[in-house]
Amino acid sequence: MAVGAYTAAFLTSRFSLPYMELILVAAVIASALLAALIGAICVRYTKIYFAMLTLAFGMLFYTFLLKFYYLTGGDEGMRVLRPYLLGADFSETPKMQFLVGSYYIYAFVILAILTFVMWKIVSSPFGLCLKAIRDNPEKAQYLGVSVKKYRWCAFVISAAYAAVGGALLAPAVGQVDPGLTYWTHSGTLVFMSLLGGFEHFLGPLIGGIVYILLQDTVMSLTSYWRFIFGAILTFVVIVAPGGIAGLIGSLAKRSVRGG
Amino acid sequence: MAEEKGKAMLSATDLRKSYGDFRALDGVSFTINEGEFVSIIGPNGAGKTTLINVLTGLVTPDTGNVVFRGTEITGIGPEKLSKMGMARSFQLVNIFPNFSVLEFLMVAVVSRLGKGTKFFSSLLRDRQITDGAMDVAQLFGLDSKKHVLTKNLPQGDKKMLDVASAFALHPEIILLDEPTSGVSTSDKNKIMETLVSASKKIGIKSILQVEHDMDLVFSYSDRVIALYQGKILADATPAAIELDEEVVCTVMGQKECFKIFSSLLRGERRG
Repeated sequence: MAVGAYTAAFLTSRFSLPYMELILVAAVIASALLAALIGAICVRYTKIYFAMLTLAFGMLFYTFLLKFYYLTGGDEGMRVLRPYLLGADFSETPKMQFLVGSYYIYAFVILAILTFVMWKIVSSPFGLCLKAIRDNPEKAQYLGVSVKKYRWCAFVISAAYAAVGGALLAPAVGQVDPGLTYWTHSGTLVFMSLLGGFEHFLGPLIGGIVYILLQDTVMSLTSYWRFIFGAILTFVVIVAPGGIAGLIGSLAKRSVRGG
Repeated sequence: MAEEKGKAMLSATDLRKSYGDFRALDGVSFTINEGEFVSIIGPNGAGKTTLINVLTGLVTPDTGNVVFRGTEITGIGPEKLSKMGMARSFQLVNIFPNFSVLEFLMVAVVSRLGKGTKFFSSLLRDRQITDGAMDVAQLFGLDSKKHVLTKNLPQGDKKMLDVASAFALHPEIILLDEPTSGVSTSDKNKIMETLVSASKKIGIKSILQVEHDMDLVFSYSDRVIALYQGKILADATPAAIELDEEVVCTVMGQKECFKIFSSLLRGERRG
């Protein structure tokens, strides 16, 4: 995600290439390449080891961004200039109008496209093999499914997706800083997936939307919003491990059976 | 399967594997030829499952090697083996709980066809994959349950599905670890019939199975290998094994031993 955001920053402020489409493509390529390298090491491990290792790489990247001041601006980060959308210049448009208008629509269309692409991936033979690995890696191996290769592919794909997210986030905020790579940021994404239900296709999407809405609401009410969020997460994990999507699914099933 | 016996398919040489002081395999050597149906028998702890695990690359032996069709495969790992033409099923049910029967079999078919890296093609529109999975489901009588989640299947069907997924890889040799365990005696013969006819239709050349039910072993195998304390006690035709009092009594325990010999005396069996 940070790779995507910093790609946006570099291209707009350093190279004066403020074309959003170019930024997106560059972000995906940069992130996929980095993930290909890191993934090759990380997929050898599973579960907690995998998590710790990816976390370690994240923090490594964080330190890199923080310390290479002349390149990355250190803790001050970098400014992200307003990009052209489909070649159109919006630099005269007021910020709010740009963000809630053209940029919102732009981001929404990309979300729709990426959701469609992800749906295609999930319902492809590749997606089937990935689900098989999730359910039972040992059996998958015996059916000739190369667990490491598939996990590596999944790692690279998710990195590419995160890069798009980062690249879209950066111009909206107007600024990138190393905080994007800090581990709590990864935690937020995991929280979103858990909240929405990571076993459901639309779960993470629902989780993301609900998280942001909830954050806005709770933050405007109290400064102890992290406390409230901790409680919610605990509640979700204990009462509804399938997240919101899982909860809707089981409620729907129950009402079908009941009616 | 007896018509095309011949070339060596799978051979093991001096396999040894110890777990601490326990010698699970203590110098096991044998060869399985094309067209053979071989059964491994032996009491609990004789090393049968360890042997299958070593042959399929899950466990690396301390010494010895395994050669499959002229290629050394010791410790090569299950993924490569399945591509080379060796598949196995498990003693304990080993399934993808959240998959439907059809999805389960499709994993094997996708892998066999090498279509796993098709990221964007639609799985369900690929007739080669869905038909391939349905063919196997039909062979094993699971076609009527194709949309049932595997975790909701009865135990016997889970077992069949595990076996069927190995068949769906269209291997040349298949290793079955107690394909009929946990299944009622009346169903065991039916399962064996299904296995034999399915392997003929698919073109599986050799079968190696671990089996406890002696009636099944004697009526379906071309050859029987008796394991005891990690060693091969006997490697002979079922007819010869059946008459070998020492083997029968060591391998099967007193009860089975008594049953078989009393039935022999009453002339109920061939031999």
